[in-house]
Amino acid sequence: MQDFEYIAPRTLSEAVALMSEKGESARPLAGGTDILVQLRGGRRSVERIVDVKHVPELNEMSFSRESGLVLGAAVPCYRLYQDQDIAQAYPGIMDAASMIGGIQIQGRASVGGNLCNAAPSADAIPPLIVHNATCVIAGQQGTREIAVEEFCTAPGRNVLQGGELLVSMRIPAPKSGSGGRYLRFIPRNEMDIAVAGVGSWVQLSPDNRSIVSARVALASVAPTPLFVEESGARLAGREVSKEAIEDAAQAAMEAARPISDMRGTIQQRRHLVGVLTRRTLEGAIARATN
Amino acid sequence: MAKKAHIETTINGEQVEYLCEPRQSLLEVLRDVLEMTGTKEGCNDGNCGACTVVMDGRIVNSCLVLGAEAEGANLETIEGVATPDSLHPLQQSFLQNAALQCGICTPGFILASKALLEMEPDPGEERVRHWLAGNLCRCTGYDKIVKAVLEAADVLEVKG
Amino acid sequence: MATTTEVSSTEFNVVGTRPIRHDGTEKVTGRARYSADIQLPGLLHGRVLRSPHAHARILSIDTSKALDLPGVKAVVTSADFAKPSGRVSDLTEGAIHNMGFMANNVMAGEKALYKGHAVAAVAATSPHIAEEALGLIDIQYEVLPPVLTLDVAMKDDAPVLHERLASLANPGLRPGGLKDDDDTGEATNIANHFVFESGDIEQGFKEADVVVEREFDTASVHQGYIEPHAATAVWNADGNITIWCSSQGQFAMRDQTARLVGVPVSKIKVIPMEIGGGFGGKTIVYLEPVAAALAKKSGQPVKVTMSRTDVFQGTGPTSGTHIRVKMGANKEGKITAVDATLAYESGAFPGSPAIPGSLCMLSAYEVENARVEGYDVVVNKPKAAAYRAPGSPASAFAAESVIDEVAGKLGFDPVDFRMLNGAREGTRRINGVRLPRIGYMELLQAAKDHPHYSAPLEGPNRGRGFATGFWGNGTGPASAVASVNSDGSVSLVEGSPDIGGNRVALAMQVAEVLGIAAEDVKPAIGDTDSVGFTSNTGGSGATFKSGWACYEAAHDIKRQMIERAAKIWEASPEDVSYTDGVLTHNSDPELKLTFRQLAARLNATGGPISGRGNVNPRGQGPATAGCIVDVEVDPDTGKVEILRFTTLQDIGKAIHPSYVEGQMQGGAVQGIGWALNEEYVYNDRGEMSNSSFLDYRMPTSLDLPMIDTVMVEVPNPGHPFGMKGVGEVAIVPPMPAIANAIHNAIGVRMTSLPMSPGNILEAIWSQQEDGKA
Repeated sequence: MQDFEYIAPRTLSEAVALMSEKGESARPLAGGTDILVQLRGGRRSVERIVDVKHVPELNEMSFSRESGLVLGAAVPCYRLYQDQDIAQAYPGIMDAASMIGGIQIQGRASVGGNLCNAAPSADAIPPLIVHNATCVIAGQQGTREIAVEEFCTAPGRNVLQGGELLVSMRIPAPKSGSGGRYLRFIPRNEMDIAVAGVGSWVQLSPDNRSIVSARVALASVAPTPLFVEESGARLAGREVSKEAIEDAAQAAMEAARPISDMRGTIQQRRHLVGVLTRRTLEGAIARATN
Repeated sequence: MAKKAHIETTINGEQVEYLCEPRQSLLEVLRDVLEMTGTKEGCNDGNCGACTVVMDGRIVNSCLVLGAEAEGANLETIEGVATPDSLHPLQQSFLQNAALQCGICTPGFILASKALLEMEPDPGEERVRHWLAGNLCRCTGYDKIVKAVLEAADVLEVKG
Repeated sequence: MATTTEVSSTEFNVVGTRPIRHDGTEKVTGRARYSADIQLPGLLHGRVLRSPHAHARILSIDTSKALDLPGVKAVVTSADFAKPSGRVSDLTEGAIHNMGFMANNVMAGEKALYKGHAVAAVAATSPHIAEEALGLIDIQYEVLPPVLTLDVAMKDDAPVLHERLASLANPGLRPGGLKDDDDTGEATNIANHFVFESGDIEQGFKEADVVVEREFDTASVHQGYIEPHAATAVWNADGNITIWCSSQGQFAMRDQTARLVGVPVSKIKVIPMEIGGGFGGKTIVYLEPVAAALAKKSGQPVKVTMSRTDVFQGTGPTSGTHIRVKMGANKEGKITAVDATLAYESGAFPGSPAIPGSLCMLSAYEVENARVEGYDVVVNKPKAAAYRAPGSPASAFAAESVIDEVAGKLGFDPVDFRMLNGAREGTRRINGVRLPRIGYMELLQAAKDHPHYSAPLEGPNRGRGFATGFWGNGTGPASAVASVNSDGSVSLVEGSPDIGGNRVALAMQVAEVLGIAAEDVKPAIGDTDSVGFTSNTGGSGATFKSGWACYEAAHDIKRQMIERAAKIWEASPEDVSYTDGVLTHNSDPELKLTFRQLAARLNATGGPISGRGNVNPRGQGPATAGCIVDVEVDPDTGKVEILRFTTLQDIGKAIHPSYVEGQMQGGAVQGIGWALNEEYVYNDRGEMSNSSFLDYRMPTSLDLPMIDTVMVEVPNPGHPFGMKGVGEVAIVPPMPAIANAIHNAIGVRMTSLPMSPGNILEAIWSQQEDGKA
């Protein structure tokens, strides 16, 4: 592996200063499960690794039914899925947090890291999108907040400017009668990269018979995780039905822009988007009903 | 070259100090610096679990931890599982069930299983299989490993 | 659930029991030392530079910048190795390897022949510096068009890998070779093309009521051992070399390294470290000569290790294949004729397992009329290495799929159909060799009787499949020395590396002969200076051949113990009997000595006793296996779930049943991985795209059910305890059994491996298209 320096700041301002000093040549380290593999494989080069795990703001995990969830960017997956209240409030995000890597990876990897790594296949991103999450970003010029669906710009690239840090994600309070689901398709049952992934979220009417609003987002079928507004639009105001779900699935398949690579073909991926959109919508509706 | 870091950490209950380059992984530190070669390298990219160690109560792949990150941590490796005069019930169960063939993956499996049983004393087969999915074994087909873990769980429960 | 079906039983004291393995405690505590665990004062770290091109001429190598990097102590290229001849005419009789090709594989000479082919190596004070130095070696390549498929490689106008490759027609010369200088024949990639024939296939097909012909493809797969290769060498000023490595045979490592670095074998001592899996892939050298050459140049000990990517790209996968099978059978359920063509990729150098694949294909059956034609073809991929029953899985996938289809068309139960055609003692294989007593029929009966075979299987998209497999098993020379200790224990030094429990099985054979406990035998694997020559732990042969050496060594001890007791009692040896570890005077039963009592008196009564066994036993006996598998196919995604799996095997006699089951389960699961997801994925430049455990998808614990085992014990007449090799054959039947189960579940016949979700979806879609058309 290439040579680099390692610093573990204790405050956010210190972390931002350390990052800014080196601009593009500095990378934050949270769980390290992506960056260390990339460095070892020569796919990334850095001069400075800033270990952000000791910065309090990046370790925050606070939740209330009224104000929602603040999820620090360095909080490892296991802390998230061990919290029963959060798991219940954001089941789609839990689906993803408990399937990234294996147990060893989940002991280190963070949802924030998964987001910053900006892989098209990132499992955590579609559920964050459908749960309406936003990103809190800190830089020398202060903090800014953007929607998760705007965060990734290309494979491995995101909106962070040199020196900026993702501090946390904010996820609005769960609405009653809502439910989310994330599913991915992988050839094995664990330890795989999504051939395709779909996150769905719905809010049902009080009688559970119709869909008030819905959101669908996709993984592994575009250069970035993809928010499919059209799928939600085709569901809003409709009765819960196979036809409505099928319309949303068709919209998702049309929106997908997959490529063929060693993990799957264009045709297979587009087909899986349809399958998984149906399955996740059914799952989200079932969860919303309970 | 970046300066070596001076790290103080706890390994298997002992205070340990070492110097490491920032780019050295915890796995490299354990094996090459501390000569604790019980922790194995299988893939060096987090996909086989052979290098599993316990760090602050959680199992991690030591190939995906920097040696420098272990400052102040509490680590447990395979070398700390048995006492001087007796094997851990999991180790005993692996032997009785012939749950190893070549044995290279065994330290990782034992640490991962131990962490599971400490949190969940009575996991079923499905839970054991799920928990161990990050540990690859190419020899056994997992059958005897899963049985060994389930049997060790019973033994540990009786011991209470 | 494990069951044993015994055909006849002999009483044993130790054989058939399940003692704790002697090396177990070291392995569960992390104390056992594997190849990369060696630490020495002044140890340097070596790394190998590998070709980024699948096919390229090496124009120049400039190592000066690498040597200038602080911390770098030595750089080697092919110029630093011996150049054994690769000519066919220089191969010795019965050659297993072509050392010219092997030298070229260890370090590329004029050409790089696959992506990942070693081209240079560096030793430095840290692994990171060694890696940096690799980037400073400047190599000029002339990139050539890669030859990546059998189709392309076998064309007349294909680019050739070796301009002087000899095209053989000789099923007895697997390693292939180069032509003599005066041979002006055309250049080719076909290293060997051979035909086995028996009977009259034209007549046989005329007699058939059903004929099925299909073509099959299988992708390259890797052995997937978890321990990457590593080798450490010291080259002393007196020319003596010590090498620490893990392999399936320390003597093979010694002999091959000696040829490649150009020294006599006596100059090299190979110390076998524990081996972290091999499955055939650790029978040939990769790093050992490199470590030796770097150690010579640097004057320091050097440890060279591979990364996981190096292992995938630089070491032995098994061959990709293309196989055509045409089979005819009559209404009575008898196979009347088989015509098959098998082409195997050998990788960059000749020597695929096309020959054993062709020989095993029909060996479990009585087929009067058959023609089996085989091709060994070089392509720009890593040199194929042995992998568990080499060659047989691919040919069985083809033949057993066709048998399933033929049986189905004729309305026969798959097991019944095999029983009607099954091989038995005396059946001739296609090369004319008659089979000894085997347990194939008993295995089929055990399958039929197993509750799994008749269990109801309900629910949509579920299916059951059955298939069997055959493997010849190997043997070879082996040595063992055993010494009696004063406390009544026996120290055993044998020559077979322990790849999965054979050490305990060898100790048990000594204990059985001597009538002592398995725990009282202390087995160790000797280095090349401590025990006589022993061939590789391979071909399912270690517990057979080294077991036999141990058996002989134990009998040698027994004989001497009898003589010693006779001496003490002032009797003749004929007056002393030895039963269950007790020596008794035949005519004076009051005179008794236990093994332990006599052991304590040896030094004072004439000196220590040790026994030796040096053998090259025959009669290893071929192995057969079968499996019953239930699957569920998700027709929306193409994913196959294994619901239930039973593996059956004709094992002779289990020495240590737990480790026999372990071999059966491990082989079965490797077969499941091969069937469902494992494959080398190449791009059109010949680069493997999936050289990590993330994307080379071996099964995890969550992908599998428990693997039930049925040990069918039909004693092997060729062994004193009736045992036979058990390590390999279980990998053969899972691929066709799963294909047959998928067909049973969704009516789709899969003809290529892996049967991955994407490939199954494609097959479903194409069947739907055909249905519409």
